[in-house]
Amino acid sequence: MTVSPAMSEPRAETGMPAPRRRRLNRKLAPWLFLAPGVLMFLIYVLIPIGESMWISFFQWDGLSAKTWVGLSNYLELLDDDAFYTSLKNNLIWLVLYMLAIPFGLFIALFLNQTVRGIRIYKSLFFFPFVISQVVVGLIFSWFYAPGFGLFFELTKWLDGTGIAILANPNTVTYGIIAAGLWPQIAYCMILYLTGLNAVAPDQIEAARLDGAKGIKMLWYVVLPQLRPATFIAVVVTVIGALRSFDLVSIMTDGGPFGSSRVLSYYMYEQALSEYGYRMGYGAAIAVVLFAIMMIFISGFIWKMWRDERGL
Amino acid sequence: MNILKTTALVALMGSIAIPAMAEQRVLKLFTDASDPAPKAAFEQLVKGFEAENPDVKVEVNTFDHEGYKTAIRNFLTADSPDLANWYAGNRMAPFVNAGQFTDVSDVWEENALKDSLGSALKSMTIDGKQWGVPYTYYQWGIYYNKDVYKKAGVEMPKTWDEFISNCKKFQEMGVDCLTTGTKALWPAAGIFDYLDLRTNGYDFHMKLTSGEIPWTDDRVKAVFAEWKKVLPYTTKNVAAIDWQDAVSNIVQGKAANYVMGNFAVATFKDGGMTNDTLGFMDFPTINPDIPRAEEAPTDTIHIPAGAKNKADAKKFLAYVAKADVQTKMNEELGQLPINKNSSVGDDPYLQAGFKILSTADGGIAQFFDRDAPAQMAKAGMEGFQEFMAYPDHLDAILERLEKVRQRVYKN
Repeated sequence: MTVSPAMSEPRAETGMPAPRRRRLNRKLAPWLFLAPGVLMFLIYVLIPIGESMWISFFQWDGLSAKTWVGLSNYLELLDDDAFYTSLKNNLIWLVLYMLAIPFGLFIALFLNQTVRGIRIYKSLFFFPFVISQVVVGLIFSWFYAPGFGLFFELTKWLDGTGIAILANPNTVTYGIIAAGLWPQIAYCMILYLTGLNAVAPDQIEAARLDGAKGIKMLWYVVLPQLRPATFIAVVVTVIGALRSFDLVSIMTDGGPFGSSRVLSYYMYEQALSEYGYRMGYGAAIAVVLFAIMMIFISGFIWKMWRDERGL
Repeated sequence: MNILKTTALVALMGSIAIPAMAEQRVLKLFTDASDPAPKAAFEQLVKGFEAENPDVKVEVNTFDHEGYKTAIRNFLTADSPDLANWYAGNRMAPFVNAGQFTDVSDVWEENALKDSLGSALKSMTIDGKQWGVPYTYYQWGIYYNKDVYKKAGVEMPKTWDEFISNCKKFQEMGVDCLTTGTKALWPAAGIFDYLDLRTNGYDFHMKLTSGEIPWTDDRVKAVFAEWKKVLPYTTKNVAAIDWQDAVSNIVQGKAANYVMGNFAVATFKDGGMTNDTLGFMDFPTINPDIPRAEEAPTDTIHIPAGAKNKADAKKFLAYVAKADVQTKMNEELGQLPINKNSSVGDDPYLQAGFKILSTADGGIAQFFDRDAPAQMAKAGMEGFQEFMAYPDHLDAILERLEKVRQRVYKN
C-alpha cells in the first residue's frame, strides 16, 4: 500500500494526501457502521440502566419533586416480606423452567423421524409458542378456574371439593409455571429439531457399527453434537424465567394476596400500577433483578468469548 | 401493556393537539368515559354546555377507563387539558398535594355549591379548599336473589345476627349465603368497609383510612370478628374469581347475597335477572347506637394546574354542578346525581340507593381504595383477601398492615 512520491504530488494540490485519508477512512468506517447500533443501545439500554440506578436512591412519586433517600430503598427491601416472596418465586421459576429443556429434547427426538404427515405433528407441537403469552395465560386460568374450569372439575370428581390452583398460595406459582412451560417446551423443541438436522449421519453410522444404541447413543454421540442448541436453549429459558411477567399479570395479578409475585411483577406493581407510583422503590427492585440477570449474562458472555477463542 | 398504551396515547395526543384556528375559544376535556353509557352522558353534557356558550368549543378526548389511571399522571405534567375526570377523597390527594389541580373554591362560593352539593363537600375538600366538582355517585349495598330468599323461606334481615342466622338456612339448602370475587382485590374492601362502618361508625372508619388508628387496635379486630362469622357461609376460593364470574353465582341461585356497587346491576341483568328476581338491601345493622353511614364513590371533574383556559373551565364546572344538568347526565349514566335539587330516575335500585344515601346521617364514605392512600389501600385489600382464605392469619395480617401504615403516613 505504498504510494510513490510522484503519484502523491498532484493529489497534494487537493489539500489532503491520500494515504492519510485512506487510513482515516479505515479507522472510521467500522465506527460509522456501528454508530446506529451503538446509539440505540446507549439510548434504550445503557442510559436507562444508569437512570434506574440513579432513581433507586430517591423517593419519588413521578409527580412531585424527588427526595434523596440514599440507600433506604434498599434497606427497606431487606425488611420486605413481599420482596422475599418474589425472590423465592423467581428461584422456583428458574429451577422448574429448566424442565423445558429435557422435555423439549424428548419431543424433538420423538418428532425427528420421517412418517407421513410429520410436518403437521411438528407444527401442532410448535403451536403454543406461536400464540401470545396473554392467550396462554387466559387459557390456563380458565382451565384452573374454580366453578367451571376443566382442571377444577376433574379434581372435584376425584376428591369431592376440587382444587383451585390459583386461589391457593402454596400452589399458585406452580400453576403459572406449568402454563409457562407449555410454550417454552415448544421453543426448546424447535431449537433441538434444527439442531438434530445438523447431526452428522456418518458419526451415527459409525457409532452404530461400534454397537452403540439407545441411551448410550444419545448421551455420547447425539448430545455432544447438540451442544450449541443446548446452550441457546439454556440462555432463552433462563431469560424467560427471569422476565416472567405476562403470565403472572394475566393469571393472578400477583395474587392471591401477593403470593405469586415475581421480581419483575413486583417492580411493575410498585412503580407503575394503579396503587404504586413509588418510582424509587420500583427502581431498587429493578436494580436487584438486573444484578441477578447479570450473573447469568456474564456467564453466557464468558462462555461465548471462550468458545470464540477456541479454548 | 399499560405503558405502551399510554405512550401511544400521549404520542397521539401530541399530534392532535395542534390548536384549532378558529375564533371560538377551545376547552380541552380529557375523560375516562370509555364505556357506552358514560360516553353518551359526556357527549350530551358537552352539547348542552356548547349550546349555552356558543363561543366555546369543547374538545373531548376519551381514554380507556383503566389506561386513564396511568395516563393522567403523564398528561398532567406534560400536556395539560383544561378539564380532567378523576375521583373524590384521598384518591385526588396526590394531585392536590403535588400542585397539579387548581383550587376551585371560588366556583363553589359563587354558585352556592356548598349547599346544593353538600353531601360531597367533605370528600372534595383538602386543606379547607375545594379542588373539583362532583357530578355523580352510586350506592353500595347488598344485591340478593329474591327467588333464593323465597325458597329458603327467610325474612329480610335487619341486623347482622339475623343475616347470619339466615345464612344457616341457606347452607342447609346448599346455597352460599355470601358470594364475591376478589381476584381484583377491591370487592373484598366493600365488605370490610361496611363491616367497619356498622361496627365502629363513619368517624372511626375515616380515622382508620387516614392512618390515625393502628391496625392492631382492638376495635379493628372486632370488625374482623364480625367478618369471621360469615366466612363459613361464603363462597370458597374467591381469590381466583373475577367479580363478574361471581355475579353468575347469584344469577344461577348458587348464592344468595353479594356486597356490590350499583354498577353491577347491568351485569346481573345481562345474566338474565329482572327487577322481580334481583333485590337490593342496605347492609344490616351491627351496632344500633351508631348513626348509619353508607358507601358511595363519587366521580369528579377537575381543572389541572397547567390548564390554558381556566376561565371557561370554571364556567364548565359551574354548568356541571347545576341541578337539571346532573339530572339529565345521571339518567344517561344510570347513577345518582349529587345536587340535592336534582331528581332521580325511576329505576328501583337507584330509588333505593337515593333513599339510603339521602338519609345516611352517619356520613358517606368513598370506598376503601379512595379513602386510604394508594399503598395502604393495596396492602389492606391484600390483607382482606388473605383473611377471607385464612382467618387464622389475622394477627400476622394486622401486624403487616400496621407496618405499612407506619411507613405510608410518615410523610
